[in-house]
Amino acid sequence: MTVILSQSFTGISIGAVLLLIALGLTLTFGQMGVINMAHGEFIMAGAYTTYVLQKSVSSAGVSLLVALPVAFLVAGAMGALLEWLLIRRLYTRPLDTLLVTWGVSLMLQQLARDVFGAPNVQTHAPDLLTGNISLGGGITFANSRLFILGLALFCVLALTLILRLTPLGRRIRAVVQNRDLAEVSGIATGRVDRMTFFIGSGLAGVAGVALTLVGPIGPTMGTNYIVDAFLVVVVGGIGQLKGSVITAFALGVLQSVLEYSTTVSVAKVIVLVAIVAFLQWRPQGLYTLRTRSLA
Amino acid sequence: MTTTTTPTVTAPSVPLLKRFRVPGAFVLGAVLLLGVAPLALSDFRLSLLAKYLCYAIVAVGVSLAWGRGGLMVLGQGVFFGLGGYAMAMHLKLADAAATGETLPDFMQLYGTGDALPWWWEPFANPAFALAMTVLLPMAVAALLGFFVFQRRVKGAYFAILSQALAAALSIWLIGQQATTGGTNGLTDIQGFFGYDLGDPVNQRMVYVVIAAVLLLLMAAARQLFVSRYGELLVAVRDSEERVRFLGYNPAGVKLVAYVVAAGMAGLAGALFVPAVGIISPALIGIVPSIGFVIGAAVGGRASLVGAVLGAIAVAWAQSTLSDAFPAAWTYLQGLLFVVAVGFLPGGLASVGVVLRRRRTRTGTRTTGETA
Repeated sequence: MTVILSQSFTGISIGAVLLLIALGLTLTFGQMGVINMAHGEFIMAGAYTTYVLQKSVSSAGVSLLVALPVAFLVAGAMGALLEWLLIRRLYTRPLDTLLVTWGVSLMLQQLARDVFGAPNVQTHAPDLLTGNISLGGGITFANSRLFILGLALFCVLALTLILRLTPLGRRIRAVVQNRDLAEVSGIATGRVDRMTFFIGSGLAGVAGVALTLVGPIGPTMGTNYIVDAFLVVVVGGIGQLKGSVITAFALGVLQSVLEYSTTVSVAKVIVLVAIVAFLQWRPQGLYTLRTRSLA
Repeated sequence: MTTTTTPTVTAPSVPLLKRFRVPGAFVLGAVLLLGVAPLALSDFRLSLLAKYLCYAIVAVGVSLAWGRGGLMVLGQGVFFGLGGYAMAMHLKLADAAATGETLPDFMQLYGTGDALPWWWEPFANPAFALAMTVLLPMAVAALLGFFVFQRRVKGAYFAILSQALAAALSIWLIGQQATTGGTNGLTDIQGFFGYDLGDPVNQRMVYVVIAAVLLLLMAAARQLFVSRYGELLVAVRDSEERVRFLGYNPAGVKLVAYVVAAGMAGLAGALFVPAVGIISPALIGIVPSIGFVIGAAVGGRASLVGAVLGAIAVAWAQSTLSDAFPAAWTYLQGLLFVVAVGFLPGGLASVGVVLRRRRTRTGTRTTGETA
């Protein structure tokens, strides 16, 4: 029983990380259909932002709090720039965005190597986040993991509120559901695209800040997470926030339970097989946006 | 949301009479590869060329599945790896047998006990191992392809699934240190069906085999392109729904292209092993898998010759420039993808067409088809 519980908690914390990195993709991939392979490098940008801020602000707690909005802006600006320079020319060729942004991701990785050096760098976690919380029965939960869980849920909530309640959110949803109709209704679809990309990429930056608490910061860190994040969005269903939330935690728990009973590598393979099997049952993912399109 | 798939490149339609004519360019290529190159190049350069030609064989499959079929195959590393490992397992066992051992060297090092794992045993048989280099990748492709295409999972979903497969295989191989050699892979391969690979003469023989296979596959792919099936494949790419309404099953059409491409990648992997002497997870993960596609994209995905030349050129640039200027090469490589795919979707093969269209401004435009 203890084992099951503690594995579930590990799974939830893996899920929280997955959710955080997939959240931005739900917007840019799920809503806009753009396969942005440079998303992982926006995560990296967020992580390096934390690192740079920590060099100037000595208190780890303060620097982490400052890093969250700054990383959002830095990564968001990079995303908006990428959208403006390249992606807006490729909306009719979604698959090609994958290769183009892969080229961008290569360049960004090399840039990080040139600026910060090839070896991984370290940040210090705030004292508050270094300990563990004991939940009784020998189960402990790392504070940093709890922080990530909280941050992920906060981001989901904020994104939901933005999409549901603000004029920008209404415009984003309108453009996603029917671009042409949105255009003739007077919505500047180009600007909405850029804002969507800004928010999606900014969320990657926030994920990068969170990842400094659990792993090394290096030029290739984005590559490690990017495929998992895409899988979460695919299984969750196109542009469906709740789909991504459920999928992230489900995959996290599945992964951690399987890791316990087999090995990390076998668990990965089984998770993939499970995903293919799942798509047999629901080819469009967990939740789908109903349209009359034949696709 | 509406998923729009746009045919980015039109396949040239070939008149009936031309179908069975041997094009002069093909003869020229054969003369260059089999006649001029072995005479003009040093042993070292020839073995490098052999390696690039293996990538070119993968590109033939990519041109079929992606260029003609519109299937973005981002997991070709899986099939390349399956073919490569099947071949390497046999060669390792043969090497071990030649020195009177029963276990390959790395197994003795990492100590799996004294028994060969059961799934290694059949690979001692050369005929079985050779068949597996092609059949194993095709079987895996058939299995994944059947499930994926049958349920009409397509576009980005398919690309990401095939990519995840590449990640999973390389992670699995790394995890199985004792039976697969882990991160190192299968290295230090000495012999090739009784020939000593250390001998430059035998290396040249391997090169000739690879060049011949490439030429044969190109000829076969060309026949496939101009056949009824080839036209059907392009039709599925451009408007899957219309093909379905006409009574064909697009899933089957796509499956054939995917499986054939996988078999070609497997064969390329199998030939890569004697040419380079190693197969490892680093050669088949996500990054090399995208690399296989990039060569074809840069050269021209829909043009068979373009894809092959692109693959060779990118591999050549990679090994020469990345040694001399590692940092500059990465920027250049990134820029190459962005420019080639973003602004020249037909690849370098289409430069002439694009320029002509610019000049006259009346060229036929391929319009997007909402599937």
